[in-house]
Amino acid sequence: MTESMIEGIFDIIVIVLLIVGTFFIFSATIGVIRFPDIYTRLHASTKAATLGISGILIGAFIFLFVEHEIVSGKLILGIVFVLLTAPVSAHMIGRAAHSSGVEVWTKDGEQRDEYANDKQ
Amino acid sequence: MPLQIILNLIIALMWMFLSESYNFPSFLTGFIIGAILLFLLRRFIPDAFYLYRVWKVIKLIILFSKELLLSNIEIVKWVYKPGRDYNPGIFALPTDLKSNWEITMLTSLISLTPGTLSVAISDNNDVLYIHAMDIGDKEEAIRAIKDTFEKAIKEVTR
Repeated sequence: MTESMIEGIFDIIVIVLLIVGTFFIFSATIGVIRFPDIYTRLHASTKAATLGISGILIGAFIFLFVEHEIVSGKLILGIVFVLLTAPVSAHMIGRAAHSSGVEVWTKDGEQRDEYANDKQ
Repeated sequence: MPLQIILNLIIALMWMFLSESYNFPSFLTGFIIGAILLFLLRRFIPDAFYLYRVWKVIKLIILFSKELLLSNIEIVKWVYKPGRDYNPGIFALPTDLKSNWEITMLTSLISLTPGTLSVAISDNNDVLYIHAMDIGDKEEAIRAIKDTFEKAIKEVTR
């Protein structure tokens, strides 16, 4: 295998990672617009955005390492902090919404909410 | 366990001073030699060999990445499917985990896995309230969380 081939393979890996990351963030945005209530919107914004950001940062990490031989620890730390903070903020937003009386959207209109039942 | 980590670090530092090269590769060599020594002498040192626990942490991280990928694919499916053929709801999950640290880990794992999002914790820390995208398979979700996440977290912390 020649050197240019190996570089080509790494380029393809970086391109795929960036495209996948952007796709997931785009889907998260559409999900936030399309889903019916705050809880389902939180599903979209926490999960898809986390993987999208991780994909883009890993792609940038590989690119910097292959092209410029820089080991960029900041990008890895970025992934770690996104993974740590996204679920916590989603939990807090969901709890705040529930405390201020937002009802769960259901398809058939029947409330299935064991938290509200237990709180009473 | 702290004793073993300190021993391992001391062996690595000693290796660095003995070989008189103060850089990261020689520290790493010393660290590996220290780990091998601790493994050979594991029957004479109190507590289990600490790298077993590190291995379990790595297994937990692999499990977590797998679930994150699966949950994203599921969410993307829901986003692009026309119509709304899911039925959300909030269910209660009784948990055996006790300490704050364990419960924080469990809620983070639940929030980033397929179709579930933790919404609240009861005041005495033994029931988690989880919002599910599809309440129909609630029993299955409870069983999956109990079998995989709770077990993996218990293996790491106990």
